[in-house]
Amino acid sequence: MKPPLLSIKGLTKVYPGVVANSDVSFDIGEGEVHALLGENGAGKSTLVKAIYGLIVPNEGVMEWRGVPYAPGAPSEARATGVAMVFQHFSLFDAMDVAENVALGMDNPPPIRELAAKITDVSHNYGLPLDPSRMVGDLSAGERQRVEIIRCLLQNPQLLIMDEPTSVLTPQEVEILFRTLRQLRGEGKSILYISHKLEEIRSLCENATVLRHGKVVGRADPRQESARSLAEMMVGQSLHTPSRPAAQPGKLLLEVQDLSVTSPSAFGTSLRKVSLAVRAGEVLGIGGVAGNGQDELLGALSGELRTTPESIRVAGEPVGALGPNARRALGLLCAPEERLGHAAAPDMSLTENALLTGAYRENLVRSGFIGWSKARDFAEKIILRFDVRTPGAHVAARALSGGNLQKFVIGREIMQRPSVLVVNQPTWGVDASAAAAIRQALLDLAQAGAAVVVISQDLDELMEVADNFAALNGGQLSAPRPVNGLTMDQIGLMLGGAEGGETDAAA
Amino acid sequence: MDLSSLNIVVLLASLMVAATPILMAAIGELVVEKAGVLNLGVEGMMITGAVSGFAIAVSTGNPLIGMVAAVIAGAALALIFAILTQGLMANQVASGLSLTLFGLGLSALVGQGFVGVVPPRTPKLDFGPLSDIPVLGQIFFRHDMLVYVSLLMVLAVWYFLTRTRAGRILRAVGENHHSAHALGYRVKRVRVLAILFGGGCAGLGGAYLSLVRVPQWTEGMTAGAGWIALAIVVFASWRPGRALLGAYLFGGIMVLQLNLQAAGFSIPVEYLSMSPYLVTILVLVIMSSNRARITLAAPGSLGQSFHAAG
Repeated sequence: MKPPLLSIKGLTKVYPGVVANSDVSFDIGEGEVHALLGENGAGKSTLVKAIYGLIVPNEGVMEWRGVPYAPGAPSEARATGVAMVFQHFSLFDAMDVAENVALGMDNPPPIRELAAKITDVSHNYGLPLDPSRMVGDLSAGERQRVEIIRCLLQNPQLLIMDEPTSVLTPQEVEILFRTLRQLRGEGKSILYISHKLEEIRSLCENATVLRHGKVVGRADPRQESARSLAEMMVGQSLHTPSRPAAQPGKLLLEVQDLSVTSPSAFGTSLRKVSLAVRAGEVLGIGGVAGNGQDELLGALSGELRTTPESIRVAGEPVGALGPNARRALGLLCAPEERLGHAAAPDMSLTENALLTGAYRENLVRSGFIGWSKARDFAEKIILRFDVRTPGAHVAARALSGGNLQKFVIGREIMQRPSVLVVNQPTWGVDASAAAAIRQALLDLAQAGAAVVVISQDLDELMEVADNFAALNGGQLSAPRPVNGLTMDQIGLMLGGAEGGETDAAA
Repeated sequence: MDLSSLNIVVLLASLMVAATPILMAAIGELVVEKAGVLNLGVEGMMITGAVSGFAIAVSTGNPLIGMVAAVIAGAALALIFAILTQGLMANQVASGLSLTLFGLGLSALVGQGFVGVVPPRTPKLDFGPLSDIPVLGQIFFRHDMLVYVSLLMVLAVWYFLTRTRAGRILRAVGENHHSAHALGYRVKRVRVLAILFGGGCAGLGGAYLSLVRVPQWTEGMTAGAGWIALAIVVFASWRPGRALLGAYLFGGIMVLQLNLQAAGFSIPVEYLSMSPYLVTILVLVIMSSNRARITLAAPGSLGQSFHAAG
């Protein structure tokens, strides 16, 4: 029998204090699309880094077509025929597409020849791309094309894709899958990493499931249900957040024709955004990253100022107020970036609790901090939101992503907001913590608050939101009730084609 | 006041000489910053180069050996910065500032025996008939070798950064060190090499100051030239051609104000002395008033320490 393309045997990688991979073994055949499934922190990324030569495993061997394979650097892996599309793109914003592609190759041809090749390959695989465009100006989907084309130009035998669809619209996912199937048709193998189960079921013929660095299962995803795969991944049965029907109350947050210029060179300015959220309502705002999400959160939190009338909280104009004044009125926000924006990485949880809770929780008296009160507040958050940490004195940086996210969201919820705005509340958070956060948001709405959830995860929005609106190029579509909305309609809304056209189709 | 004593040809010729040390330091720092490192120690490396170049040139009697020594001394000081910031992950701003202070002190100590000494003359290049062209010959073709070396350096750095693969890798490291690392480039190695190059350039610029432009040794003789070089890099939006422009602007105003002083221009000398700095900073502010453009041009990872994650 022909040996498999890549065979991994007993691979173990230990970091100080953490076993990232423990005795992992699996095979990838020629022309096979193999899924690597697991929650965040299950060790998927470490494993593919070993295959790509970015880290050297402590134990275990790999074989490439029966020959020992131990890459010491990515260039060796590329020479063997392994190419990788990273989850966080390894691109350079201030350089053009051709230069970015050249940087990912070991012996790139002169830029002009390369540009012609890029145009060529990108058309062959249905991924149109202009080689002279600046990467900073591209959408997330286009950026991913740069990564994929960079790989394809090296004619790889094995293509590794790390969470490729997390930033794509449903239509872009379709295009990507067409490309991947075309590649499989050409006899190339693909190692596909994801935690989106429906995708894996439609694309892959084999799956290896990782949990806490160990292989806990193998399956043919086409024979399994999404639920059974999920339970294999999590190791317990999943709890779906419940949402009792609520009667919308009075108007709490009203945004009228909000236009904000983005402070960042590669950001997206908001253009005439209008929305209204009532008490008890959850408004979900979808959209691919970089379409104005950060700017919208900044404008609502008070980091970016606007005209007073463009934002109203319970009728009160707040557009020109700073974050603390808005907090006083009950408008609280939890931004996307956990470390550095929502929390100060090197400060303790107590100090971080103080940072947004100082005024609403009366933690500061005539300029002096009430440390014991602040500690009590932090401990209450930790207890109520099941934050796994040795105590409130621990630095925010030391917490895992999911635990810190629970803390950051919990900190705002504990301050009894009348309006809460969250951006990517469960980004990079494991499934059970994500469920807990979503449940907390629903409970908050149930208790009479208006909640705005900005997220790229459409499944999440479908689960928690009453109404859905799409943010595209800094413009917000008209909100529509989630009930009865199909994925196709959402895709069109995300693409900016909402309105008459979709109404006619529906 | 006697403005007739200002000779525009002489002015332009000495402009090139006055701008050369700053241009050298700036072009070196430009490469360093393109690699994503902010080295605020330019002033310290310059003056270390000035004193070492001077000392070696005087003791060997050969200004060229002095220049080589200055390059080595500048690079040696830069190596300390490289070890601190790339090896020990120290803060770049603090390390650069202390490098400047260290360089100023060290040079004062080394230079104690050399105050008032006259260095060997650096020969002018002989361009034959070219030097005799009226006006142009006097402006462009009656300088020493290093003026032309500095211009070649601008050209070489431009070519390196925009046309070569190594230059592209260097820019990539400065633009996004995580991406560069993920693609398998040695971020730290690239940065250390860039820092050493920057140190060498600053050292050479310093030696030009003490051996050709002045020429003698006085304590603290760089008088902020290193800081101006740093400002010029930003003002030039990290482009070699514009750095040349910036350095010549500063040099030009420097020469002009010296001549105005000599001509007995009737405003206080202090105002004239501060004018080159003032004008350069003013131009810098105006040029960088468009924030979006500056953030576009600035290397994305400038000034950040790189930890390889996982």
